[in-house]
Amino acid sequence: MEAAALNFVNATLNWVTLALDAPSARAVVFGVHIGGHLFVEVLLLVVIFFLLSQKSYKPPKRPLTKKEIDELCDEWVPESLIPPITEEMQSEPPVLESAAGPHAIVNGKEVVNFASANYLGFVGHEKLLDSCTFALEKYGVGSCGPRGFYGTIDVHLDCEARIANFLGTTDSILYSYGLSTMFSAIPCFCKKGDIIVVDEGVHWGIQNGMYLSRSTIVYFKHNDMESLEKTLEKITSKNQRAKKLRRYIVVEAVYQNSGQIAPLDKIIKLKEKYRFRVLLDESNSIGVLGYSGRGLAEYCRVPIEKIDIVTASMGHALATEGGFCTGSARVIDHQRLSSSGYVFSASLPPYLASAAITAIDVLEKNPDLTSKLKENIAILWKGLSDVQGLSLASHPESPIVFLRLEKSMGSMKGDLQLLEDLANHALKEESVFVVVSKRSTLDKCPLPVGIKMFVSAAHSESDLLKACSSLKKVTSVVLKDHIRP
Amino acid sequence: MITIPYLTALTTYFSYGLLFAFGQFRDFFRKIFDWWQASNLQGYAPICLGLEDFYIRRLYLRIQDCFGRPIASAPDAWFDVVERYSNDCNKTLKRTEKKSRCLNLGSYNYLGFAAADEYCTPRVIDSLNKFSASTCSTRVEGGTTALHEELEECVANFVGKPAAVVFGMGYVTNSAILPVIIGKGGLIISDSLNHNSIVNGARGSGATIRVFQHNTPPHLEKVLREQIAEGQPRTHRPWKKIIVVVEGIYSMEGELCKLPEIVAICKKYKAYIYLDEAHSIGAVGKTGRGVCELLGVDTGDVDIMMGTFTKSFGSCGGYIAGSKELIQYLKYTCPAHLYATSISPPAAQQIISSIKVILGDDGSSRGAQKLARIRENSNFFRSELQKMGFEVLGDNDSPVMPIMLYNPAKIPAFSRECLKQNVAVVTVAFPATPLLLARARICISASHTKEDLLKALEVISQVGDLVGIKYFPAEPKKQLQPGKETIKLE
Repeated sequence: MEAAALNFVNATLNWVTLALDAPSARAVVFGVHIGGHLFVEVLLLVVIFFLLSQKSYKPPKRPLTKKEIDELCDEWVPESLIPPITEEMQSEPPVLESAAGPHAIVNGKEVVNFASANYLGFVGHEKLLDSCTFALEKYGVGSCGPRGFYGTIDVHLDCEARIANFLGTTDSILYSYGLSTMFSAIPCFCKKGDIIVVDEGVHWGIQNGMYLSRSTIVYFKHNDMESLEKTLEKITSKNQRAKKLRRYIVVEAVYQNSGQIAPLDKIIKLKEKYRFRVLLDESNSIGVLGYSGRGLAEYCRVPIEKIDIVTASMGHALATEGGFCTGSARVIDHQRLSSSGYVFSASLPPYLASAAITAIDVLEKNPDLTSKLKENIAILWKGLSDVQGLSLASHPESPIVFLRLEKSMGSMKGDLQLLEDLANHALKEESVFVVVSKRSTLDKCPLPVGIKMFVSAAHSESDLLKACSSLKKVTSVVLKDHIRP
Repeated sequence: MITIPYLTALTTYFSYGLLFAFGQFRDFFRKIFDWWQASNLQGYAPICLGLEDFYIRRLYLRIQDCFGRPIASAPDAWFDVVERYSNDCNKTLKRTEKKSRCLNLGSYNYLGFAAADEYCTPRVIDSLNKFSASTCSTRVEGGTTALHEELEECVANFVGKPAAVVFGMGYVTNSAILPVIIGKGGLIISDSLNHNSIVNGARGSGATIRVFQHNTPPHLEKVLREQIAEGQPRTHRPWKKIIVVVEGIYSMEGELCKLPEIVAICKKYKAYIYLDEAHSIGAVGKTGRGVCELLGVDTGDVDIMMGTFTKSFGSCGGYIAGSKELIQYLKYTCPAHLYATSISPPAAQQIISSIKVILGDDGSSRGAQKLARIRENSNFFRSELQKMGFEVLGDNDSPVMPIMLYNPAKIPAFSRECLKQNVAVVTVAFPATPLLLARARICISASHTKEDLLKALEVISQVGDLVGIKYFPAEPKKQLQPGKETIKLE
C-alpha cells in the first residue's frame, strides 16, 4: 500500500515540476521573472475575490402584514385609565363658608383656623379689599392674554417694580400661579448636563422643575450642612471641566414639608467656596422672617445680591395668588423669553397684582406685624411643648408649626390614618382646624408626615391657648394607645 | 396645510440668512470688546452659552417693541396702549405717561367678558368681600369653600360630564394632570402643533411620546397601528395604555380639530382621548359648549376634557371634566390639587356668573346674543379678508384668524403701521411658529361692533397694501347701493 501511495506522490511531484518548468512558466514579462508559483498565487487571489463577492447570509426581513397588525390591535387590552377607587380616596376636605381668616365657619360652626397660610393676617384686610374692588371695576377680572400679547397691564409692571424695591434687588418677574414659579424657573436656567444639588425635603414644584430640566440631580440630607459640604466636595473633585458646566444649589427658606429653616449664611459660604449658584424658594418666609419681613436674607444678615435667584409664591403671607422671581437684571430678562410658565400662559389677573402691591405697602408701614407673628409662634410653642404623643419638629421661629408622631405606626399610610383621625376629632369636637401633610403619588419626598399648623399674626392669645388645650385633649383620646409611658 | 409660494420662501430664507450673518458679525465684535474687559464671573459658567440666546439677542431684540405692549385699561374691544420709547436701540424700553386708544384685535376676549360686566362684576365684588382675594391654602387643606364646590358643579353641567375639578391656572392643569394618569410604559400620541403646556406635561410624565401630523386622522391611525404592533421600545412589551391628545381649536392656525374621525379611530384601537378646549369652550357651538357640540360628538366618548377659563369667561384657571371616578382619583393624587393654592374666590365667582349669562340663567338673552354675534363677526371678518386677497387660515366659525406674513421684515412693519392707525394686532414669529411661517393673528370678540370691524378691515387693507402681504388676487368689490341691481363679478 505504502509503495503505491509513494509512487503516486512521486508521480504528482514530477508532473508538477514539469509544469512549473514549462516554457510558459519561465517567461519574462515586462522584465519580471514569472516563476511557477505565480500561477498558484493568482489562483488564490481569484478564489478570495469570489468568496468576498458572495453576499453574507441574512435572515429575510418579514414585516408584519396588515392582517397580523389587525390581530395584534384586536388582542391588545389597555389598562384602565385610573386604578380602582379605594376608601381613602373618597374623603372630602372640610368646606369653608366664609373667608379663610383666623376664625372661619366650617359646616355652620365657627372654628379657629390654623389651616390657612395667612401669616400676616391680610385675609379680609380692608385696604386689600378696597384696592381689589378698584382694580376689578377698572380692569375686570382676567387679563385675557399672555404677557407678550397685550396681557401686560400697568399694575403688573408696578407690582414687579414694587417687589424689587421692597427686597432690594434690581428687577423681578411675576408669574400667574405660585406652583408654576419654581417649575418654570428651574428648566429655564438648568439644562441637560448641568448639576443641581438639592435638599431631599423640597416640595413637588421644585422636584418637577428639576425633572423637566433633565439635569443631573444630587440630593443631600435634609437641612444638614455637613452632608451638603461633602456632596459639593465630591462633585467638584469629580468634574474638573467646570468651565461650561452650570452648577446650582436649590434650597427652600422655610421648608413646607417640615418647617425647618435653612441656614443661609453657611450655604453662602459653601457656595462661594465651591462656585455654585443658589436658587432660594422663599414662599413661606417673605413677610415673616427678618425684622422688617424681607425674608431669609435679612434674617441671616446676608446681602441679597449674593443669592442668585429668589422665587416665592405670593399665596402665603401676601394673601393673594401668583408668584414672583427676583434677582439680577440678567437673570430676570432671560426668564422673560425662555420661561415657559411666563411666555405660554395668561398673565396674573390685575386685581391680584394690585392686592400684592397693597400688601407690601401695608407691611412696610406696619413692621410690628412680623413681631406679633413671632410672639404668637412663641406662645404656641410653649403651649405645645408638653403635648403627649406628638413632638414639635419644626424650627422655633418658623410660622409652620410641625407636629410629628412620637411613636410611628411603621408605615406612612398608618401614620396618615392616625393623624387624619386626630385632625377630624380636633375639628368636630374642639372646633380647631388643623391639617395633616398630604403626599401625592408623584412626590418623592422622604420626610415623615405630621400635623401642620399655620400661625397668623391675627390670631389672638386666647385662640392659641385654646388650640393648645384642644390638641392636648384630642391626643389623650385618640393616641392613648400610642403614648410613650 | 399652508403652501408657501416659491419666491416668498426664497426671499424669507434670504432675509433670515442676512440677519443671521449680521448677528454673527456683531457677536464677533462683542467677543473682542469683552475680551478687553474682565468679567466678574470668575469660575462660574455663564447663564447662556454662545448660541443659546443668539436668536433673542440679535433677532428678537430688534423688534422687541412689537411684543409685550403694556395696556392701561381693561382688555375690552377698545383699550389704552401705553407708549414706550427706547434710548438704546430697543434693548430696554421705558414707559411713558402717554396712552393711545386702540382697537383691540389681540386679546382673547371671545365673548366680551373682559371688562366690568353688568351682571358679573357686582357678584364678583360681593364674593370678594365675603371670601377675600385668596384662601391662602391648598384645596385639600383649608382652601375649599362653598364657592369652589358650586363652581365645579356648574362647570360639569356646562361641559356635559358627570364631574369636574378646577385649578387656578390653565398651564399647570395640563402639566400636572398628564403625569398622574400616565407614566412609564404608557404612550402619548399628540398632535404636532400642540401647546407647550401639553408638551411639558407629557415630558414630565415619563411616558413615551409620539407625534402625528397635524389634524390628519389617517396618519394617526397609521401611528396607532404601528405602535400597538411594535409595543414598548426595545423590550417590545405591550403598552400599558395609550392616550391621544388633541386640541379643540389650535391657537396658531385657527383650525378646528377633526374630532369625529379621531374619536372613531380611538374607539376602534381602544386608546383614550384627551381633549384640550382652551380656545373653543364658550366660543363655538350653538350654546357655547365647545367643539363637541359644534361637530356633533357625544361628550361620553371623550375620556378627559380639559379647558381654561381665561379666554371666553374673562377669568383665570383651568378645569378637567370626566367621570366621577376619574375626578375623585385626581383629587386624591394630582399635585396641583394637593400643593397649589386654590383658585381665587372672585375669579371663581366670575366663572359661575359668566356661565349663567351664557346659558341664559340670569334671565336675559345676552348669552345667546353674544354667541350669535361672535359667530357672525368671525365669519364676516374672515370672508372680507379673503376677498381682499390676504392669506387667512382657519375654519369657518373659529374666532381665531391668522394672516400670513412670511417675511421677517414684514412682522414689525405690519405691527407698527397698524399701531400708528390705532389698531392693535398680535404678530407671531419663530419659535412659536415654524421659521418661514410668521403670521399676524386676529382674535375676534363678541364685543366688537360692525363699525369696529369695518374700521379694522380698512386699516388692515391699507397696511397690507403698504407692506405687501396680499398674496392672493383680490376679488373686485361689489357696489352695494340700495335699490340698484348688483352684478356679481366672479
